[in-house]
Amino acid sequence: MDAEWAMTGLIMVPLAAAIVVYVTATRFVAAWGVAVAMLQTGLTFSLTRSILQSGPVQVPLGGWEAPLGIPLYADGISALMLIMTTLVGVTSTCYAAAYFSSLQRDPRRSSSQPSIQTFWPLWLILWSALNALFLSADVFNLYVTLELITISAVALIGLAGKAQALVAAIRYLFAALMGSLFYLLGVALLYSTYGTVSWHLLAETVQPDVLTWCAASLMIIGLLLKTALFPLHFWLPAAHANAPAPVSGLLSGLVLKASFFVILRLWFYVFHPVMPASAGWMLSVLGSAAILWGSIQAIRQQRVKLMIAYSTVAQVGYLFLVFGLACEPMGMLAWRGAAYLAFAHASAKAAAFMVAGSLMYMVGSDHLDRWEGIGRREPKLIFTLALAGVSLMGLPPSAGFIAKWLLLNAAIGHGRWEVAAVIVLGGLLAAVYVFRIIGVSLSSAVPMPEVAPVPRMMRWAPLVLAMAVIVGGIVTTEPIRLLEIGAPPIAAREVAP
Amino acid sequence: MTIHQWLPLLVIASSLIPGSIIFFLGEQQIKLRTALNLAGAVVKILLVAFMLWGVSINQDYQVRYGLVEGLDFALHADALSLLFVSLAAVLWLLTTIYAIGYLEDSPHRRRFFGFFSLCVTATTGLALASNLLTFLIFYEMLTLTTYPLVIHRGTPESLRAGRLYLLFALTGGAILLLAVVWLQTLVGPVEFSATGSLAQTDPALYGSLRLIFAMLIVGFGVKAALVPLHVWLPQAMVAPAPVSALLHAVAVVKAGAFGIVRIVYDVYGAEFCRQLGVMIPLALVAAVTILYGSLRAVYQEDLKRRLAFSTISQVSYIVLGTAIAGPLATTGGIVHLVHQGVMKITLFFAAGNLAETLGVKKVDQMRGSGRRMPVTMAAFTIAALGMIGIPPTAGFVSKWYLGIGAAQADQWWVIGVLVASSVLNAIYFLPLIYAAWFASPPDAWPDERPRGWFETSPALLFPPLITAVLTLLLGVLAGLPISALDWAKLIVLQEYAP
Repeated sequence: MDAEWAMTGLIMVPLAAAIVVYVTATRFVAAWGVAVAMLQTGLTFSLTRSILQSGPVQVPLGGWEAPLGIPLYADGISALMLIMTTLVGVTSTCYAAAYFSSLQRDPRRSSSQPSIQTFWPLWLILWSALNALFLSADVFNLYVTLELITISAVALIGLAGKAQALVAAIRYLFAALMGSLFYLLGVALLYSTYGTVSWHLLAETVQPDVLTWCAASLMIIGLLLKTALFPLHFWLPAAHANAPAPVSGLLSGLVLKASFFVILRLWFYVFHPVMPASAGWMLSVLGSAAILWGSIQAIRQQRVKLMIAYSTVAQVGYLFLVFGLACEPMGMLAWRGAAYLAFAHASAKAAAFMVAGSLMYMVGSDHLDRWEGIGRREPKLIFTLALAGVSLMGLPPSAGFIAKWLLLNAAIGHGRWEVAAVIVLGGLLAAVYVFRIIGVSLSSAVPMPEVAPVPRMMRWAPLVLAMAVIVGGIVTTEPIRLLEIGAPPIAAREVAP
Repeated sequence: MTIHQWLPLLVIASSLIPGSIIFFLGEQQIKLRTALNLAGAVVKILLVAFMLWGVSINQDYQVRYGLVEGLDFALHADALSLLFVSLAAVLWLLTTIYAIGYLEDSPHRRRFFGFFSLCVTATTGLALASNLLTFLIFYEMLTLTTYPLVIHRGTPESLRAGRLYLLFALTGGAILLLAVVWLQTLVGPVEFSATGSLAQTDPALYGSLRLIFAMLIVGFGVKAALVPLHVWLPQAMVAPAPVSALLHAVAVVKAGAFGIVRIVYDVYGAEFCRQLGVMIPLALVAAVTILYGSLRAVYQEDLKRRLAFSTISQVSYIVLGTAIAGPLATTGGIVHLVHQGVMKITLFFAAGNLAETLGVKKVDQMRGSGRRMPVTMAAFTIAALGMIGIPPTAGFVSKWYLGIGAAQADQWWVIGVLVASSVLNAIYFLPLIYAAWFASPPDAWPDERPRGWFETSPALLFPPLITAVLTLLLGVLAGLPISALDWAKLIVLQEYAP
């Protein structure tokens, strides 16, 4: 009962708040956001506790069982994704509240900037859709939530109002819609063949035939486009880098994880028996290419937000290593590693984007040249960036280290030295771009730069998030135990003796 | 949790907590910051002293905390870790005092002292680590926390040095990570244990174990500045003097050497290493490093750079003693861990005093400095004589044990290396000592500070004085049961236990 309320609340609370905020056009819109954030924290906590105590929860919404009703389902990985969403969501909410109220107070900026009234309903809808996606128990529901996420994400990018951002948003829209079409086609094929959209029922009935294989390929290709796996990442850097400061972190941290989560669900819970191992390896190879390409591109950028965006391309690559590594004896390690990395990357990347947003707000630009010596003026922000960077590089103590250790262990355990080499090399390349920013910012070659004042919350929110990443490298027993609850049967069966 | 589990954590917390608080203090809250620093350092020494006493009556201090299955964060105070922790604790207090004097009125002291404390935290952590994973965690932490110290001045030159340092340290760390994970997939989680734990491994894996050994040595060798991985060290001399002092005496360079000692004795085991045939190559690398470092030191005109090359050479004595592997040579190597630290920190303190008080940075500017700064130069002289290995200093004790250890192991060429290195040490140190005391001072020093009560400010003067006295005491009192030598013998007794 508890869990049912929590799951319904996680979806309905932000949705209701979005409608209220939009309809009433209240002046205290940020207060609504913060209230939602507090409620979400409590609900996530309660649901996680319930899952830890009594395992996966399935809830028929309104009492209607599948195939008629819309069931919700939560297991360990959904809980971890919800924790991730809440963590990034709450800090982003606080950050956005400070950011927009500061914009409003500043007459020079407000004219060119988006109205605060548009951000909140969009973000609350996005939040609701993310939660709904992580709790979905059928593939059509996943489609609906993916669409909601895409539409609100595109609108959020467009909020920046500049030509660059609009172009990027449109390009993202087309890519994401294309992805959705592929996915929907796959869903239609599955439904026509098996007569159900519940992924639990599908998992029991899928046959290794051509039709299923086609459906699976269509769905996964569509989702790869949304997750921006190399070489389908073309839309990502511009979209994430040109979004408004509080939005970039949400896009890189959460929106990408949504479509990745769907791939995980489909691959490990539904299609695993019918997918050939070579398909998994292909995803791993693309992942490896993404790590190298994304990192090298990040190193070559002159704009910090673009750098961080390309870093996302690389980090998404790490997530896809799991598909090649989970087919063999050490699969469980890779599974945990990838899921934990999704969490680690979301927090670290959102923190990095928030820092970049704050500094860009202060300096007026995110060109690296303009940031020379900024660390002497704003040590806390640069320190935050460094903490987030520790996780991106996969160095201890951080959640990113634990995740990469698990992936590395799986890779070496399978004798996949090329994957191990890419994992390690990716960390080193990440160090190049992270320390490039930090080095420039600590330079004393120029006089201390003059900057615009920034609200205190725009310093503290990213720091809290970055600290969470570090804590995630120390307190790991609970999240990893969470991941074992409802872990996919295939990976569990193939744990090394 | 009992006090026996808390104690190792408290030793680490005694620098972690002050360090973390310092970041949140204001730049101008100097008194509070200084009080925190000193309180942390004193508490750490007291805790370590208590732990030394406990271990000497066979008390077991350890704590274990599971991260993921097969991954344990584990600390354990064994004899070897206590040797290193004691060194770190004592030298941290002295360096902190020194740094407070040295950085008076310079900008960004909050950042400096924050990372300084974190750097010591990482060092104590890796000293107390009781398995490879924990060691690795603190080893990487050390890289990250020393970077801001190396680039503290923020000049293009120091940023360049910082980049070079990261390039070497992070690449070394990556190789180390690969090796540790590989080793773990072969033999399971690796705990440190006296006499090592790999001897029972399936002979089919010997090839892999050799390769892993090489990777581990490369990973640690980067920080221990084994030739040709030493390139970053002389460049890192752009850091402020207290940083160089700590880097060379306890933190970075010593961490690498300590790692090699751990690998050889507590992971592989000396006997098993010999069986694998990896000891001779390691000894050769160490010998080359010793000679190369000394040789390059002779040609350095910059005082700090000369000391840096001297460090490269001296730290490899530890590696050499480890690689010769006989009880006596091991004693020599392990005791040098302490002796080199005390002597080298004295030299760096003295060099810092010369630069700070007189503006003397080059070797040829040192003429007559003994008359202007007698106490500093006396300390310098004692430490330099110790480096050469002249009795009754601490350096003599190390070299003596290394020498008879080599003889015991029938490795006579090692004695040749030791003699050659000592001669080179004499060549690059004695002229300095001579010039300092017997040449007449110049009319004006390059950049002299006004003279106060003492030859320089007390915070700069007393630390080198204390370490110089320690250098003498460690040599003269080496036979007493409380000396570093005695403790090293205890460690060796455990390592070579049947």
